[in-house]
Amino acid sequence: MVSARSIAAEVRDPEMPMLTLEDLGVLREVEADGRTVTVTITPTYSGCPAMATMRDDLVHRLADAGYDARVRVSLTPAWSTDWISERGRQALREHGLSAPGPAPSHDGPIPLTLLPTARAVTCPQCGSPRTELTSEFGATACKALYRCTDCLEPFEHVKEI
Amino acid sequence: MTDPAIDHDNSYAELLGSDDSQWAFGHDFEDPLAGVDTSVPEGLDAGELAQECLRLGDDALVLSHRLSQWCSHAPDLELDIALANIALDLLGQARLLLARAAAADPSVVPVLPEGSPVPAEDALAYFREAAAFRCSRLVELENGDFAQTTARLLLVASARLAEFERLREHADPVLVAIAAKGVKELTYHRDFAAQWFVTLAQGTAESRRRLEAGLAAVWPYREAVEPAVTQVLTVAEVDEPTAGRSVSRGHTEALSRLLAEMQVVARAHPRGQW
Repeated sequence: MVSARSIAAEVRDPEMPMLTLEDLGVLREVEADGRTVTVTITPTYSGCPAMATMRDDLVHRLADAGYDARVRVSLTPAWSTDWISERGRQALREHGLSAPGPAPSHDGPIPLTLLPTARAVTCPQCGSPRTELTSEFGATACKALYRCTDCLEPFEHVKEI
Repeated sequence: MTDPAIDHDNSYAELLGSDDSQWAFGHDFEDPLAGVDTSVPEGLDAGELAQECLRLGDDALVLSHRLSQWCSHAPDLELDIALANIALDLLGQARLLLARAAAADPSVVPVLPEGSPVPAEDALAYFREAAAFRCSRLVELENGDFAQTTARLLLVASARLAEFERLREHADPVLVAIAAKGVKELTYHRDFAAQWFVTLAQGTAESRRRLEAGLAAVWPYREAVEPAVTQVLTVAEVDEPTAGRSVSRGHTEALSRLLAEMQVVARAHPRGQW
């Protein structure tokens, strides 16, 4: 029998299906007691609508393998893009998405940013470092929109959080 | 990449064959606090904690609804998407906070007809009268134009970010976790509003006129003016409006109209299922 952990780890994110839940860093714990499994996941953003789908996919995939799974939510510590694995970052780039840089950390009050967020973003299509931010908010909560000023292709950047 | 076992292109496929109660109007079918320990720590008054969560949750819910009213009406597509994203973050915060209020003090949840599958956070959102809402008057106001929406969002996101930073020291670990997550989202919201505030102030004479009018319209409803707001006004070279604080109590008429629109279908079908 395949371990519950390895089945849960291979379930994919419905919005960025090049990433497994493990690569995305939302899979926090898999506890198996015989055929009964408790999977703990954490939301990327408070309103992430993919949570319901992740939960259903985990339950179904584990059921297919003979497990009776429950999914619970863990809110703390809050998810960070720093938890996206190196394999996940590679998969993002291979699929034309720009991987996040290090998440910001603050001691004391969070400073206001009045200029567009400065990031060293490389075009995932042509590799050019000459890119510009189109919008800090993209098609899903976790992505910003960018454009390469060399190859002119638009692309998405998974933003640091 | 395609997984034959999971059909993400068909939104309805996943709804079939599940045992969950599928209420027709919820955005999800699972308790957002599933598996989270929601017992109230000793020494903390459960009723007061619930009221605090309702205030924070209602602010998020009502502003989320206001921002979602921009959907397909924003000045350009990127702004449309940005406002919808911010609304979605706030809706997520509202769900967590209303669910936390209901778990702390179940007596705050409206009683629904027997057999209704409505989860507690949806019962709180859809089945309370305006008088039972705890939100501020600032989030209730109509959107006005994009400049007024920007001015309001700057005030609300700045105050909420500061409050969520303070909440990380709260005695309730669930509220602490919700706040810690929300801080990251609100940082993006405040920056978005601040950048557009400066852009509109330094744009054309018309964009500046509208921004100043929008700020003056929402200013009387402010609570604390955060240092970040003062900083933005300074950079934008916009003076603080001279209007004092509105002294009226209770909710605005705008909230009743918002709730009428938001709640009407759910209230007509409290047992609605699909």
